[in-house]
Amino acid sequence: MTSPATTTPAVEFLGVNKWFGTAHVLRDVSLAVAQSEKIVICGPSGSGKSTLIRCVNGLEPYQGGTVRVDGHDLTPARIPAVRRSVGMVFQSFNLFSHLTVLENCTLAPIHGRGIDRRAAEARARDEFARLAIADLADRYPGQLSGGQQQRVAIARALCLDPAVMLFDEPTSALDPEMVQEVLDTMTDLAARGMTMLCVTHEMGFARRVADRVVFMDEGQIVEVAPPEAFFERPEHPRTRDFLARIL
Amino acid sequence: MTVIRETLLPPAPPPRRTGGPAGWLRKNLFSSPGNTLTTLVILAGLALLLPPVIRFLVTDAVWSGNSGEACRPEVAGHPVGACWAFIGAKINYLVYGSYPAAERWRPNLFFGLVALGTAWMLWLDAPRRGLGAVLVFVAGPVLAYWLLSGSSVLGLAPVATSLWGGMLVTVVVSLVGIVASLPLGIFLALGRRSDLPVLRYACIGFIEFWRGVPLITVLFMANVMLPLFLPGDLTVDRLVRPLVGIALFASAYMAEVVRGGLQAIPEGQGQAALALGLTKGQAMRLVILPQALKVVVPGIVNTLIGLFKDTTLVSIVGIADFIRVLEAARADPRWSAPTIPATAYAFAALFYLAVCFAMARYAAFIERRLAAGERGRS
Amino acid sequence: MRAGPPESGSGPRTGSTRALLLQALVALALAALAYAAFANASEKLARQGITAGFGFLSRAAGFDISQRLIPYAAATSTYLDAFCVGLLNTLLVSGLAIGLATLIGFAVGIARLSPNWLARTLAATYVETLRNLPLLLQLLVWYVAVRVALPEAQHPAAWGGAYLSQRGLFLPRPDFFGVAWLVPLAFAAGIIAALARARRAARHVETGAETGPVAWPALAWVLGPPALAWIGLALAGHPVGIAWPSPGPYGPEGGLGVLPEFAALLLGLSTYTAAFIAEIVRAGLASVARGQGEAAAALGLGRAKALRLVTIPQAMRVIVPPLTSQYLNITKNSSLAVLIGYPDLVHVFMGTVLNQTNQAVEVVAITMAVYLTLSLGLAAMMNAYNRRAAPVSR
Repeated sequence: MTSPATTTPAVEFLGVNKWFGTAHVLRDVSLAVAQSEKIVICGPSGSGKSTLIRCVNGLEPYQGGTVRVDGHDLTPARIPAVRRSVGMVFQSFNLFSHLTVLENCTLAPIHGRGIDRRAAEARARDEFARLAIADLADRYPGQLSGGQQQRVAIARALCLDPAVMLFDEPTSALDPEMVQEVLDTMTDLAARGMTMLCVTHEMGFARRVADRVVFMDEGQIVEVAPPEAFFERPEHPRTRDFLARIL
Repeated sequence: MTVIRETLLPPAPPPRRTGGPAGWLRKNLFSSPGNTLTTLVILAGLALLLPPVIRFLVTDAVWSGNSGEACRPEVAGHPVGACWAFIGAKINYLVYGSYPAAERWRPNLFFGLVALGTAWMLWLDAPRRGLGAVLVFVAGPVLAYWLLSGSSVLGLAPVATSLWGGMLVTVVVSLVGIVASLPLGIFLALGRRSDLPVLRYACIGFIEFWRGVPLITVLFMANVMLPLFLPGDLTVDRLVRPLVGIALFASAYMAEVVRGGLQAIPEGQGQAALALGLTKGQAMRLVILPQALKVVVPGIVNTLIGLFKDTTLVSIVGIADFIRVLEAARADPRWSAPTIPATAYAFAALFYLAVCFAMARYAAFIERRLAAGERGRS
Repeated sequence: MRAGPPESGSGPRTGSTRALLLQALVALALAALAYAAFANASEKLARQGITAGFGFLSRAAGFDISQRLIPYAAATSTYLDAFCVGLLNTLLVSGLAIGLATLIGFAVGIARLSPNWLARTLAATYVETLRNLPLLLQLLVWYVAVRVALPEAQHPAAWGGAYLSQRGLFLPRPDFFGVAWLVPLAFAAGIIAALARARRAARHVETGAETGPVAWPALAWVLGPPALAWIGLALAGHPVGIAWPSPGPYGPEGGLGVLPEFAALLLGLSTYTAAFIAEIVRAGLASVARGQGEAAAALGLGRAKALRLVTIPQAMRVIVPPLTSQYLNITKNSSLAVLIGYPDLVHVFMGTVLNQTNQAVEVVAITMAVYLTLSLGLAAMMNAYNRRAAPVSR
């Protein structure tokens, strides 16, 4: 366990509130994520998990409270910079289907950061080697399996050298036999010291990798605990109820 | 004992298809009494209808002659079908209108360039399509204008637009329509999706206005009102007026086609681009638009077909397009014979059918290919 | 804790000063453009000595119109009357073409999915041919064909009291003088009653309540009231006359005349649009999951019944929106009437009236406003339908 008190938190939510129309989807959410900390967020569908992590890089506007990334408040002016330092992996991969794997991974470095093509490609190929997808570089997303696509999506985010990675149910759209390759990639990433916020239902992954597990229900954080405490001695009845249903 | 098989069976070839041609006939033509009746009725209808058509177009047709006399039954000595000799005699007029004979290599070169540019744009795997687009949409129109109407720089004698006619005008009008409406349509489609209310409503208003009125009224308007709206004594060429009308009209339809394409791109694509730190403009330009423009190729081709058919309406406001020169040609007293109108219309039908059908087949082919790509992705 | 959304918040928002500036710029540019056009136009019109405004509508028209649904005479009627005649002619030919095109379109569209190969192929040929030929060319052909097929005006074909020639079809027409206008009124009332009944029956079908047959009572409702009114009037001593056409020296005249231009336009519009409607119908039927048809077959319904009871009702949700835009296309395309001389709105108003008065801006504005109103009205109706027909699902 890390002690967040001494350094600036990587990501911090302070009393965040959000509404979709009249639906109050985030209610007074506060959470501090330390540098290099791995957080797994779980909860029933519609509990606001995805919405919460999408607030970190400004994909969702919120109406109350503050989100801080690396100590700075998230203002409209800071959003572009935050997006370049926070990587995100989506449930539905969202690879750009008109571009090859290599082009997918160099698009943002070249056009967003202004890195020259040669350097961006070299950087991407390094990442491919580490994630064991080097042979896919010139294929199009449509030619890849779901697991391969999601690993490419992770590589695409890593090519921007992010300080924080957000995972929005990265394995939910995968066939069962492909889940493990993606989880292995994420485990490797955790071992490299990445700060990670993962929305996932993979409880095995949570046990092995997470520093803390967050349980959300009805737009609020109900319980936060280290994995062994969370799984062995859940305190809130809703948490117990949820765990009983998914385990 | 739970194991049923120790070794797995190898796949076996399917049994030979039963039936053959007889089976096909039974299944497709005589599967039930009602079906059989339908078949017989249709066959009877075809037997009644097809022979006269073939007699008209081929067997009884007159293929050569110098005037309408050759196509009169009393001269020919047999019932006369289509008078193809008439088309042969008038073909230059039908293709070029009154374009000077000595300068006809210029429209010919123009047709060649158009074919080249079209092939470049429509062949999705062609090399350097970006460069092709710049040439077709920017350099092409300028070059074509110089080529057809003359230019002192290139040493080409001027040819007034009033002399242009026939298929040449039909092609020019269609091309101006597509070349102007595609960029304008993309701009309007983006504007319609903009977050800025003023821009959005301006684009919606523009699109819905042109889509709500018939093209004829647009052409009338361009004819009488365009000169009014321009300052001072500025006049507009008679050919340019309907071109402006058609370009505006077509851009509204093109905008809706492009909008359909933009809507077909999953929201996640734009979000992923934003999450990577690209700006909204970059996300649109680098990620969404390239995919959307590929999806809309069939829609664009279908709009082009509509445009090509709609160009016939310029004949109503006095432009010598293919239909108008055809009507003029068939009014030639030297070529007055009973079957001249039918011949003229048959020829026009074959011309439009050939062009439009080819384009429609191409659009369907692209659509199938895109659908196959979609399946391959998941 | 539950709370309503606050008016504003501290999170990132859209709507910056730059956005406002850009919008102001767009608005300003559009206004400047409109002003420049307006200034130029009014200056030129003033130079040509044309007074702007709609006063010309009340001036005498002085030209004749070959088909009119309301009283109109060249000498006494105004340009406004001419406008109304043209508009009604447009609506008449569009309305009839919509009905005819729907009939042909559904027949061809269903035939495209027929188990009979010949019917399938024939339907496909119909669609591919008519869709790929300009409507204008088809109208020219229909016009020539209709005229060639008909006998000359001086020697019309006659059946009963009707005459058919190149001048058109002339039918006996009930002459509604005196109080006889009650007959058409009863007719209209009957149609409304029949429609109301059909709606109620449709609702009953949705709720599963038992209903009797629909078609026969509807026919009785439509034909009954006018017949009763007719008989009643005759008994009361106000017989309804009939205006008979006569074979005049230059061709038939009197009675109810159907112009060859009208026939050509109606046929051309209907057959052309039917090709598009057929494609819409085919796509709509194909969009209904194959399982639906298979389930109907498994329940022992025949092909026709499965189509009528299961497939078509579901397909209508997909069919209706593009179908409405085809109806709109018919209305807009009816303006091609100008080509063959059918006196529709564009022909009468944008053609003759514009040429006679030179009030270009006003005439163009009025004509376009009519078509825009029709378009937007139909679009509004379609939106209402879409809201009602949205599939019921959780």
